[in-house]
Amino acid sequence: MHTSEILLEARDLRKSYRRGGGVFRKEADGPRFTAVDGVSLAVERGETFAVVGESGCGKTTLARMLVRLIAPDSGELRFAGKDLLALRGAGLRRERRQMQMVFQDPFASLDPRMRVREIVDEPLAIHHPELSKTEKQERTAAMLERVGLQADALKRYPHEFSGGQRQRIGIARALILRPKLVMADEPVSALDVSVGAQILLLLQELQSEFGLTYLFISHSLPVVAQVATRIAVMRAGKFVEVGPAEQVLHQPTHAYTRELLAAVPSLPSR
Amino acid sequence: MTSLLEVRGLTVELPTPAGWVRPVNEVSFDIDASESLGLVGESGSGKTMLALALMGLLPPGARVEGQALLGKDRNEVEEVKEAKEKGAREPGVAVGKNLLALNEREWRAVRGGEIAMVFQEPMTSLNPVMRIGRQIEEAIRAHESRLAAGDVKRRAAEALRRAAIPEPEVRAEQFPHQLSGGLRQRAMIAMALAAGPRFLIADEPTTALDVTVQKQILDLLDRLRRELRLGLLFITHDLGVVRQVADRVAVMYAGRIIEEGPARQVLASPRHPYTQGLLNASPTLERGKLSPIPGSVPQLTALPPGCAFEPRCSWRRAECVAAVPDLRVADPSHTARCVLV
Repeated sequence: MHTSEILLEARDLRKSYRRGGGVFRKEADGPRFTAVDGVSLAVERGETFAVVGESGCGKTTLARMLVRLIAPDSGELRFAGKDLLALRGAGLRRERRQMQMVFQDPFASLDPRMRVREIVDEPLAIHHPELSKTEKQERTAAMLERVGLQADALKRYPHEFSGGQRQRIGIARALILRPKLVMADEPVSALDVSVGAQILLLLQELQSEFGLTYLFISHSLPVVAQVATRIAVMRAGKFVEVGPAEQVLHQPTHAYTRELLAAVPSLPSR
Repeated sequence: MTSLLEVRGLTVELPTPAGWVRPVNEVSFDIDASESLGLVGESGSGKTMLALALMGLLPPGARVEGQALLGKDRNEVEEVKEAKEKGAREPGVAVGKNLLALNEREWRAVRGGEIAMVFQEPMTSLNPVMRIGRQIEEAIRAHESRLAAGDVKRRAAEALRRAAIPEPEVRAEQFPHQLSGGLRQRAMIAMALAAGPRFLIADEPTTALDVTVQKQILDLLDRLRRELRLGLLFITHDLGVVRQVADRVAVMYAGRIIEEGPARQVLASPRHPYTQGLLNASPTLERGKLSPIPGSVPQLTALPPGCAFEPRCSWRRAECVAAVPDLRVADPSHTARCVLV
């Protein structure tokens, strides 16, 4: 019997912001807005855990907390058994190396003044200063090739590439450190349909090849249906339904899930 | 002429450092009153440039050829009267004229008055520092300068109500940022239709909206189309959306229409490999059926010699490189630009 290892575990995460502030009122006096209202989850090693919700539901805030980009107001967060909220400095950096991100906007997430080679090997330079220049170059070239780009991409700048190609660069950057967990926040939303399909397939191939665990954030149920092992439906800061993908998509228990499913424009089955 | 909008051989040319390119290449189609044509394509297909050509909004330096004729509603006088009561207008200055040959003065009457456009991002059309009601009144006054102030205000409220904006009097006094994305899109639709155009172009109007809001906006456009006997050109990259909103669909690739026909038929039995490829690459709620199209869209400066899709096509043959195929008849009113038809 295979016991699954829990890679990322969160308990009762909460995050709220104070709205308002301005010329005549201090920030701290504004009304409170709760972005994440008590979310718990456990992501197993090797799975794709998808969080689906509409704008404003809190999924992006949740995702940022889970990879420790922002701090929760309260709750627990453990990665590979370690308390992420208690770690600092070098200890935190060591764990952070194992969690990488791919973002939605292939245009905004790459530094336009850096060549592709620099963008992809920057994580290596930061976390593995012991590697020689040649070693870094080899790893970078190999990774670019693996994500479907030619080696000559190394010396070019982001603006010379299409949206799909830039997304591949972002993926190469995320994987160069061989992380355990990749958080993908709307990775195909800004891409054309056929390009998005290529990226989704690439992500799946890379998952088996590198033994990755994915945290996949999206507003699109059809996209999530292609990749998810389990799906969490989020609304107003809470999970209204969590379960195996098949179940959530085809036998939903919550009315909101049903509403989301019903609103998806359908295509004839193939 | 018989249709509300008749487009023949519409071609747009743009100067680039690498020479002239044709983002829109010999496009022809008809749209009747109350009919919606879905225009589907990915980036670089030419769909937005086509819409801009039909609105006289091409960038400076662009050359345009062909015809776009806006005609009379050919159906019963009674239906037209009813539509007028609901806010549509009598056809005006542009009847029978080639839209592509209008000068800027003529365009000012036609744009908004005969043919209007809504965009993906409402904030590109809505003035952020003007209250919604006043913006709509401004749109009405631009086309009917002789209306009394009270009438203009009433028409503006009516436009908001028709776009199913709840509490229209309250919303009229608000600024765009005070409305949600869905309401802003409704406000933009209200503004576009305020002066009673007979034809509406919607360029990805729901792409930036949540799926539940999208459904409401699509339903709204459908209702308005029927009530006002609007002709609708709906541009989208989403095949599921086009199936829901369009009677007919035209698929564009590298500037040309490569398939056209009844929406349900084209999507159930596509006759062009690119359309089939798009369908296979569109995610649905079924897992495991996604297949991408290999390769990428060609640059307009480096188009293949024959069929533009040939390098990526699994069914390609020697003859595909020889020349760009004509649109061939696959079924009654269903054509595809492929030698396999």
